Amino acid sequence: MKLLTHNLLSSHVPGLRPGAASPCASSFPAHSALGHPSELPPEPIPNYEGDEEFLRRVHHVLLEVEVLEGSLQCPDSGRRFPISKGVPNMLLTEDEA
Amino acid sequence: MSPWGCRPSPTLCLCLSSRVVEIQSQMSERAVELLGLPEDRACLLLDVGCGSGLSGDYITEEGHYWIGMDISPAMLDVAVEREVEGDLLLADVGHGIPFRPGMFDGCISISAVQWLCNADKKSHSPPKRLYRFFSTLYTALLELITAQAMRAGFTGGMVVDYPNSAKAKKFFLCLFVGTSGTLPKGLGTECAAEELHQAKFTSERTRFRNMKGKSVKKSRDWILEKKERRRRQGKEVRPDTKYTGRKRRPHF
Repeated sequence: MKLLTHNLLSSHVPGLRPGAASPCASSFPAHSALGHPSELPPEPIPNYEGDEEFLRRVHHVLLEVEVLEGSLQCPDSGRRFPISKGVPNMLLTEDEA
Repeated sequence: MSPWGCRPSPTLCLCLSSRVVEIQSQMSERAVELLGLPEDRACLLLDVGCGSGLSGDYITEEGHYWIGMDISPAMLDVAVEREVEGDLLLADVGHGIPFRPGMFDGCISISAVQWLCNADKKSHSPPKRLYRFFSTLYTALLELITAQAMRAGFTGGMVVDYPNSAKAKKFFLCLFVGTSGTLPKGLGTECAAEELHQAKFTSERTRFRNMKGKSVKKSRDWILEKKERRRRQGKEVRPDTKYTGRKRRPHF
């Protein structure tokens, strides 16, 4: 699973406000969780469109890093969705659905 | 685990058979064509019910990017083994699409939506699941900023390819977000000559029966059908013999 996909996700558990996942440009918390806090600044730098070096690093983090094992956590409910073999399991249980 | 979660292995075998593979990729080709994506830039598509990623392969070939959702871990395992380009998600679309609004340029779904009409569990309610799917899909495709976003639903309809053919006929449910575009034309509506890839089946012997769903009145077929119908109603019916429906020729 790529971090870009993580950024697109939103919790679909009913009862939570839609878009409960992390806010826009949220690659940064996710990437610092990967243990590369030095590579990217916590906020997008000004004029980032022209800064190729920065864009390359963002591209690397968003599209070239694959999460194979781990879990996704909804920041609102704390519900965890396990990732195995690179595929996150977003299935809901009976009572959540 | 959901009952789809272990979509039976016969389905898996079926999905890997060469004929099905061919049809699936043809259908995804057509589905992507129907989306009418801009040619000069790459788009991000959502593939609902991506299975082993066959439809995704075509999207990749076309230079677009995709994220696939499927409910069957077995099929997703096949997709992972095939090292498809798109990202995969194990999710039940009947529970909604877990994406933020306005994330995708389009969505395709090849032979998947009909599964939503199944109630595999007591708690499943097909209309509810379909509604959940379409309403969340709507937001996932929609850009919230556009004024059209306020329109309360999809526009679109059915596109039927090869409507005159029993074998090649395919239905595409085309939905648009906003007011873009008119419904594309179905293939083969004017000429049916294009379906030569597949074996032709003629049903000469039943041509009367197929003409309008009914046989010609007073014909032998019609009588046999009627007798069969009466038999099913539990009425007393004489057995079918070689004399059934035979004309009484005039004696000289």
